[in-house]
Formats: sequence, structure tokens, C-alpha cells
Amino acid sequence: MSKTFFIHATVALSILAGGTALAEPKVPVRLPDFKLGQYVHKAPTLEELEADESIHPELRKVILYGYDLFMNTQQLRGKYVFNEMNCRNCHLGEGRMPWSAPIWPAVTTLPNYRGKNWQVNSLEERIAGCFSYSMNGKPPPYGSDTMLALVAYHQWLARSAPIYESNIAGRGFGSVPKPAQEPDYKRGEQVFMANCAICHGADGQGRRVNGVVQFPPLWGDGAYNWGAGMSRVDTAAAFIKHNMPLGQPGRLSDQEAWDVAYFISAQERPQDPRYEQNAEFTREKYKNFHGRTLYGTEVNGRVLGEHANTGEKPFLKPDVLRARTFNLDDES
Amino acid sequence: MPKFKLVIQTLAALSLGAHAATLPAAGDPERGKQTAQVCLACHGPDGAGMSAANYPRLDILDAGYMAKQLRDIKAGTRQTPIMQPFAATLTDQQIEDVSAYYASQSATVPQPPEADPELMALGRKLVYRGDWDRYIPSCNSCHGPESRGVGSEFPALAGQHASYIESQLRAWKDGTRHNDPLDLMLAIAERMTDEDIKAAAAFLAAQPAE
Repeated sequence: MSKTFFIHATVALSILAGGTALAEPKVPVRLPDFKLGQYVHKAPTLEELEADESIHPELRKVILYGYDLFMNTQQLRGKYVFNEMNCRNCHLGEGRMPWSAPIWPAVTTLPNYRGKNWQVNSLEERIAGCFSYSMNGKPPPYGSDTMLALVAYHQWLARSAPIYESNIAGRGFGSVPKPAQEPDYKRGEQVFMANCAICHGADGQGRRVNGVVQFPPLWGDGAYNWGAGMSRVDTAAAFIKHNMPLGQPGRLSDQEAWDVAYFISAQERPQDPRYEQNAEFTREKYKNFHGRTLYGTEVNGRVLGEHANTGEKPFLKPDVLRARTFNLDDES
Repeated sequence: MPKFKLVIQTLAALSLGAHAATLPAAGDPERGKQTAQVCLACHGPDGAGMSAANYPRLDILDAGYMAKQLRDIKAGTRQTPIMQPFAATLTDQQIEDVSAYYASQSATVPQPPEADPELMALGRKLVYRGDWDRYIPSCNSCHGPESRGVGSEFPALAGQHASYIESQLRAWKDGTRHNDPLDLMLAIAERMTDEDIKAAAAFLAAQPAE
């Protein structure tokens, strides 16, 4: 009730303030407001890239290759990607959109310490994280052409943004307040069938057209693994609330977003590459991460993640996931 | 895939037991050809439609999608004054059959006249990339690679007449069409300008259907 009032009040205010009373859209884009003092970035578009004559044609080529890899990451399937995901599936709108984990802040805030692996990470290492977890894959080698192209696309999107400014508008997926009721599997399943199944399938396995993934699977071998940020219930809830169904941010209530995020996060997916001993042990070791997932906990009578399934990927852990020591002897 | 669908429908029919008699069987293109006698004056025997008169091309459409549209038109949940009296005469079985018939066709449609290159460039952008600064996802993101359709929910657009695509986007925008699942099309159509609509339609119409 109060929320409805709030929306009406906001609309009334914006009409008063704006002067021109545009017809209220039937399907509004409902996203959180940016906070006062936050840096709001206007990421450049491909049109600007084409038009910018100050960019060397070789660089433009590399940036465009990075864009192409970002949009069609499946071209790396079997080499660096071992599931059915593309970068753009989580980073909507070409990686430029606020509340859709825009990728340019990785350029302006790294190198920095990350709690995920308890060490200082470079941009390349951050991208390697996406390949290892979200793509259930093996990162392109540091310094490789593939890595350079992806870095170039990220860096170009960050054009003119202040370095090490951390108060960024629309960073990540945002967050959704904890709902009144504890997230619930059954309710989540109903939300899923009503709002998600049309694209992702009643079995959550996505849809393909002539062998090309059209809508990505949300669990199972083709989906992100147990180490991916999206496997955290709160992260999935925020992504869903602010991005889904496609083109309708804010359609679901906070309760619905949490319920359906719980339902999706309670399904099986490929093993966490950091797996050691058993799921409970791994959960405990990475408590800061898995404290937000359902991994290693019992849901519907089974412990999630207690399996040796790495999906299509013929190994568990990519070699590049390693601990930094800052012991210079390593470099000799 | 059609075989798989048939099995599902048969199973569904069997499991419904007493109600099985009221459920239409899978569409039969041969029977549908007879039913199509009432359609072909406007849509053509091969489903080519008629651009000038805004009669849509049917051969590119999925049978399940067409059947749903016919059911919606018959029930009045999709309003189209020209089509309504025809849909009203069809039984549920005829709807399945005639949809299967037109889906099995492959029409020859003349290439539309060349459009303004700037309009085509905008159309290409909307079809392939959308315009996210206005929260418009690309056509392809739901209608499939090259916008050739996905299943029974997202119809093929490539090769459809521009006049028809335009008229439907406008119908969503002004609220006269609203039979899309989850307002998926409405949300996007209402964010498109008249120029966007013209551009996307012109570009899509010029794309090969296969």
C-alpha cells in the first residue's frame, strides 16, 4: 500500500517538476534512484567508437573484437568457455547498464583487494574470475590476444571515469531489501513458472535455436558454477529484481525476487572450482562467499554441491587460480 | 520437434481422459489446406500475405503461434475487425489444421523497395543491438538470431511485411493489441518512437526469411 502511494507520489512530483506531462508508461522501468554525490558514468556507445577519429584503427579493431567476444562468448566454447553462457547474459546492454553489473568499474577500481580470494586482483584476474566461475571455464592466458581484447573493451567503456572513485551509481546489481517472509522454494517455483519459464523453460534449461543458445540455462551443466557470484541468493535476487523479465526492471516485488532467486539457487550446478574435501568443508572455508549461497546446505533432502560433476569442463580448477605471495623469488 | 510435440499432445489428450474428446488433435496440414480456402483471398495460397493491404505473411510463422493468435482473435482477446469474423467461424480443430498448413508453406515474396539508408541503419541497430539508453532490448534478444522466431511464443519477423510489423507495434503502443505474454512486447513497443517503428519494420522486412 505504502509502496503504491510512493510510486504515485513520485510520478505526480515528476510531472509537476517536468512541466510536460508525458503519458505514464503501462510498463514503467522501476530502478533505484542514484544517491546524491555518486559518480554517474555515461559509458560510450559503439557509434562513438566508430566516429572517434583519435582512436588508432588497430585499437578500434581490438576493442571491437573484445565487444564481439563479450556479446558472443560462445565462440570460445570448448577452449575457454565450458557452459552455455555469454558475458552479456548477466551484464545486460553490452556491459554498459547501471544495475546490470556494468563492467567499466572493474577498470577504475582495480587493482584492489577482493574478499573473494583475499588478495589484490588486477583487471585481467577479475576477468579470469568470470571465466573460472560464471563461464565454468578456463581463463584466456594473461596477456593473450583474447584477454587484451576483453580488457580493451572494458577500458574503452570506462573512458573519462575517475580512477579509484568507489562511490559509483548503479554499480553491480544493487540490492533488494530482505522481504517480510523468509524466501521459500515453493513460492519461488510459482514465480518462476509464471514469469521466467516462457524464456528459460519450465526445466530452467534455457532455449536454443538451431544449436545457438537463445535464452541461457539457469542451472544444470550449461549454467554458471557454484563459485559464480550469481549463485549467491542475494545477488540473484538483485539481478532479477533490476533486470528481469527482459526490459521490465522492477516488475517483480521484493518478495517475488527473493523467492525465485532462492528457487533457482536451490538447484544443482557444476562444482565450485575451489572445492576441497566436501561441500560442507568448502562452504566453511569460503564462508564469506558461501554464507550467501545454498551450497553445502541441505535443501529438499539433499546437500547441494556434494558431487564430482564439473559439467562439460574436463577438470575442476583452472591453473591460473592461484594465491599471490608477493615473494619475489616466484618471479625469478 | 513436430513429432515430439505430437507425442506431448497425445499424452496430454490421453491423460485428460473424459475431456480428450474436446481437445483438438495435432494440426493436419492436409485438412488445413481445405480450411485455408477462406483465408487465401487475403493471405494467398502459400501465405505470402499482401503488403499494401496490411495482410500479414503467414508461411514464416510457427504453427503454435498462429493457432494462439486465431484462438485469441476468436475469443476477442486480440482485436482485429477484419480477421475476427473469419476466426469466429473456425472450430478449434480447424484452427490447428490451418495453422499447420500455413506453417508448412514457403511463400515467394517480392523484395520490398529500397528504404532510406539512414532508416535502415537505425533498423539494423534496433534489431541487432537495441537502444539500451532508452531501455529497448534488441528484437533478436527475444525473436531469435536474425529474428526468425523462437518456438510458439516469439514469432518470426524477418521477411514479414513492413506495413504489418508497423501496424502491430503501433497497436501495442496504443493499447489495442495486448495478447503478449507478460507484456513483453508492450513494454518495448511503448518505448519506441514512430521513427524506431518505421526503421525496425523496414529493416526486418528486407531480411531473408530463411
